[in-house]
Amino acid sequence: MSASNSILHVNQLDAWFGNFHALKNISVDVKDHDVMALIGPSGCGKSTFIRCLNRLHEEIEGAKVSGDVFLEGQNIYGPGKDPVVIRRRIGMVFQKPNPFPGLSIYDNVAIGLKLGGMRDRHQVEEHVHQALCGAALWDEVKDKLKRPGASLSGGQQQRLCIARALAVQPPVLLMDEPTSALDPISTGRIEELIQQLKATITVIIVTHNMQQAARIANRTAYFLLGEMVEVGQTQQIFEAPVDTRTRDYVTGQFG
Amino acid sequence: MSQVASTTEAIPQRSRRRDLHLADRIFYRVVKGTAWGMMVLLLSMIVVIMTMAWPALKEFGLRFFVTNDWDTLGDSFGALALIYGTVMSSIVALVISVPVSVGVALFLNELAPRWLSKPVGFLVEMLAAIPSIVYGLWGLYVLAPFLRSEVQPFLSEAFGFLPLFEGPPLGVGMLCAGVVLAIMITPTIASVCREVFAAIPVAVREAALGLGATRWEMLRISVLRTSVSGVVGAVILGLGRAFGETMAVTMVIGNIEQIKLSLYEPAQTMASILANQYAEADSDLHLSALTAIGFCLFVVSLVVNGSARFVVSKFEKRERGEV
Repeated sequence: MSASNSILHVNQLDAWFGNFHALKNISVDVKDHDVMALIGPSGCGKSTFIRCLNRLHEEIEGAKVSGDVFLEGQNIYGPGKDPVVIRRRIGMVFQKPNPFPGLSIYDNVAIGLKLGGMRDRHQVEEHVHQALCGAALWDEVKDKLKRPGASLSGGQQQRLCIARALAVQPPVLLMDEPTSALDPISTGRIEELIQQLKATITVIIVTHNMQQAARIANRTAYFLLGEMVEVGQTQQIFEAPVDTRTRDYVTGQFG
Repeated sequence: MSQVASTTEAIPQRSRRRDLHLADRIFYRVVKGTAWGMMVLLLSMIVVIMTMAWPALKEFGLRFFVTNDWDTLGDSFGALALIYGTVMSSIVALVISVPVSVGVALFLNELAPRWLSKPVGFLVEMLAAIPSIVYGLWGLYVLAPFLRSEVQPFLSEAFGFLPLFEGPPLGVGMLCAGVVLAIMITPTIASVCREVFAAIPVAVREAALGLGATRWEMLRISVLRTSVSGVVGAVILGLGRAFGETMAVTMVIGNIEQIKLSLYEPAQTMASILANQYAEADSDLHLSALTAIGFCLFVVSLVVNGSARFVVSKFEKRERGEV
């Protein structure tokens, strides 16, 4: 797959919580090996948007979605598509680190592989090792893989969650404000990590922090009140936004 | 404030304030008195039971707890069969009740729609409000005949090679007591389990769903694995209830002091022998032996409930540490 290929294509996506229209007619293309940042004020629909990309939105009571999302050419909202199968192909990292409290560090990473039906122990070990290296956590945990995942620090827990998502080698990784609960040093490590990840996968990251978007993303989308106001190269969004609403936000004149 | 006070009449104001302090002091003393009263009551109960039990404990020593000999005419007492009866009937109850309670809690919390989980949850909790004598009557007139004619013949056929299901189906006996106890402790275990499950953050559930877990896999990874110690606490609370249950057990267990592996056989528990014999114990030693059993039951209940508190508080600490 060449870098110019579109890996995710979103077509006229709408989402609701009960009667609240949370996302309005979103259409966007995400290219392979891109890092796309989603910015915008709280409650603008950024998180809802990425939760529609792995069909997690519909798990909330009263939530609805309409529209199409094509992952590698296949409509994940097509008839007969099982959300469980789709979620195994799209990784997700959440706002707060959420390792499984009952599982060891090793099992936290291995669990996705086991869910996917990988039974061979050596193969699992291999993938866990790779994922922990990929999440820049291996050196810190290699001597305590049997300890509970919750025994790690917040930043380490978040990298453990990234390793958990990476272990199944998904083509796309969704990140919902992954550093908002972390200190600046842990944040820096995760930003660095995202830079390395785009060599192999596509990352879509929600962030409250515009500097973070500017540091790590090739492309940025601005959300406001459930609409995707503007999407483009990160530099263009921050330096020469077309829409006045985007300009107000990125120059800090919003609200 | 002072300005307001100076504009109103000074004397009634001051006396009213004095009344307020008086009420405060009275309230404090009354509340303090009731709290200490409970302590004194508990301690005096221990002292009285110990004093009454002393002759039997002195006569039989440790033998009291390890011999199985309950001879009211010969004045020779050993409580082993009763301890066995209490422990075994409680184990039978747990084996039946724990999977059912955890299943009920999982269904009501995680799977059932709200219109169903509310009324069903209410009904399950209502099971705890039924007086135990009603359970006893039901066990005696409905459950025991049903066990004798349907369940025990089936068990004998399927698992008759196990000593647990040996012998003629009698209905009334250890199995009947275990089943009745299981029903009685299910609301306790289920409602504590529901609280434990409800305390698990949404984020941990979404972590599993986001990895592509099915609903069952999510429940296993995010809910069950996370709540082991909480469920253990719930089970210990249920166990405490089963140990102490008297009326219903007395009515359905058959009341014979014997240690038989077969669950069909009648048995006797520490609680049931007290209900059966206390009123008609005529020798002092018999009375003392019964009191010693009461003391034993008292200690066991304290230990079980104490350990439940301990396990649950450990669980809560772990929860707080992680969230």
